[in-house]
Amino acid sequence: MKKKLRIGCGAGFSGDRLQPSVDLIKEGQLDYLVLECLAERTIALAQKRKLADPTKGYDALLESRIRTLLPSLVQNKTRLITNMGAANPLAAGYKIIEIAKELSYNISVAVLTGDDVLNYITLNQDKLSTLETNQLLSEYDIVSANAYLGYDGILEGLKTNADIIITGRVADPSLFLAPMIYEFNWMEDDWNLLGQGTIIGHLLECAGQVTGGYFADPVMKPVENLSRLGHPIAQIDPEGNLILSKIEGSGGTINSMTVKEQLLYEVINPSEYFTPDVIANFTTVRIRQTPDENIMVDGGTGKIKPPKLKVSIGYKAGYIGEGEISYAGANAYGRAELAAQIVKDRLSDKIRKIQIDYIGYDSLHKNNNLVRPIPYEVRLRIAGMTDELEIAELIGNEIEALYTNGPAAGGGVRKYTQQVIGIVSTLIDRNMVSPKITLLSI
Amino acid sequence: MKLYELAHSRAGDKGDTLTLSLIPYDEKDYELLCDQITVEKVKNHFKGIVTGEIIRYELPLIHSLLFVLHGALNGGVTTSLSLDAHGKSQSYAFLEMEIDR
Repeated sequence: MKKKLRIGCGAGFSGDRLQPSVDLIKEGQLDYLVLECLAERTIALAQKRKLADPTKGYDALLESRIRTLLPSLVQNKTRLITNMGAANPLAAGYKIIEIAKELSYNISVAVLTGDDVLNYITLNQDKLSTLETNQLLSEYDIVSANAYLGYDGILEGLKTNADIIITGRVADPSLFLAPMIYEFNWMEDDWNLLGQGTIIGHLLECAGQVTGGYFADPVMKPVENLSRLGHPIAQIDPEGNLILSKIEGSGGTINSMTVKEQLLYEVINPSEYFTPDVIANFTTVRIRQTPDENIMVDGGTGKIKPPKLKVSIGYKAGYIGEGEISYAGANAYGRAELAAQIVKDRLSDKIRKIQIDYIGYDSLHKNNNLVRPIPYEVRLRIAGMTDELEIAELIGNEIEALYTNGPAAGGGVRKYTQQVIGIVSTLIDRNMVSPKITLLSI
Repeated sequence: MKLYELAHSRAGDKGDTLTLSLIPYDEKDYELLCDQITVEKVKNHFKGIVTGEIIRYELPLIHSLLFVLHGALNGGVTTSLSLDAHGKSQSYAFLEMEIDR
């Protein structure tokens, strides 16, 4: 058994930068690289691509990522675990094999499927209701339904000795927990260890967000060399103790502040953090600085895993139309306000809900008790949602028409429309979901 | 003084729920934050924005607070009309709160 395990996280979202992964593989002495690329809505959008073409529906950057990383992954004997399979892990697996063939690498890929439960959800849509609104699923125009799988499927993939394990929807921390369990033979009911391992996964899953990304403030929280931000490396021992570091000389910083911010990020209840694997307890965690400026994290605990799995359901929610126009100089705010009123009057009988924001003034923080100086420049933004694309387009068109039909000196119009995929969730029995590994070789 | 001067924060989202951590630069200020940054005050600060319950969690081992604000994201991230649908910028709205020292 290994005395220590090194896992790097190269990507924390679908569009993440590639260079940090390259550096991690080459200099990080990693056993595993994890690329977490699947946000809530990504899979529903990928599902649409799969419907249009059955060989697509995986991460749009998969090909370029694999082409860039594969040579150094093979050279450094680093295994890759990634959820870039999105809505079509099998097609992603075949694509990776195709690239490996072309580059003459003899690798195998373990593909995890079973998260797609669209059939089950469709069959039971008049029995299941959403966690958010308690409405029946039959009231939604569903496009995708994916259960959050746990570590178990990935563990089976690791046992095949595959070089790459590719998945669709898996709980993010499970991507990291699986190799810990595989290497250290942790027991499936050692809830404290699984809790601590899940916390390690949670710290890593947003990649640069724990090494100084999304943290810096030049006044209160300066971070050096952010343009060359390094992504995190977890060194874990068989007891689950974590030392968090990054490559020497890379940009960013790891300190107790960055780790605390990431530990609490998106946590709804710190004493009960639900995953398919365990209910983790963050309140027992300790964070300490090591003499060599790294961070130690231990003490995470947990209790028995929940009986049900969460399913994320994508549905067609209509269309959002948006438009923007800017005003500057004397009474800029007053002219923007007049413009907003005009557009509102022109659209009021067609669109039920219209949002008006003054960018530079109140578009982000709407709190009514903030001190808010009137700015020199104001950018008016108007957004609305409708069931029809043609109506959504009217919003941008009416903003554009302000050029000749609105207040003085508006400029810089931009307009957008997009189809909205909404997400709701429901819980289903574990037994309804069967993770499956398919091994692909050259 | 503003909360910004003695603490930092990161916002997170889940559906229509916003999470805001509150972490003092100096761990000695943890008690002060516990005393003054109450659910009531946070509710008042986000009046008209947050429609649901606000819960405060204390994490004394890491000297941090976590606020969970339900009904805070204009109906939910995926269908929100807001410019910042995730509420990512809300940590700095939080740090605008006043604190006595």
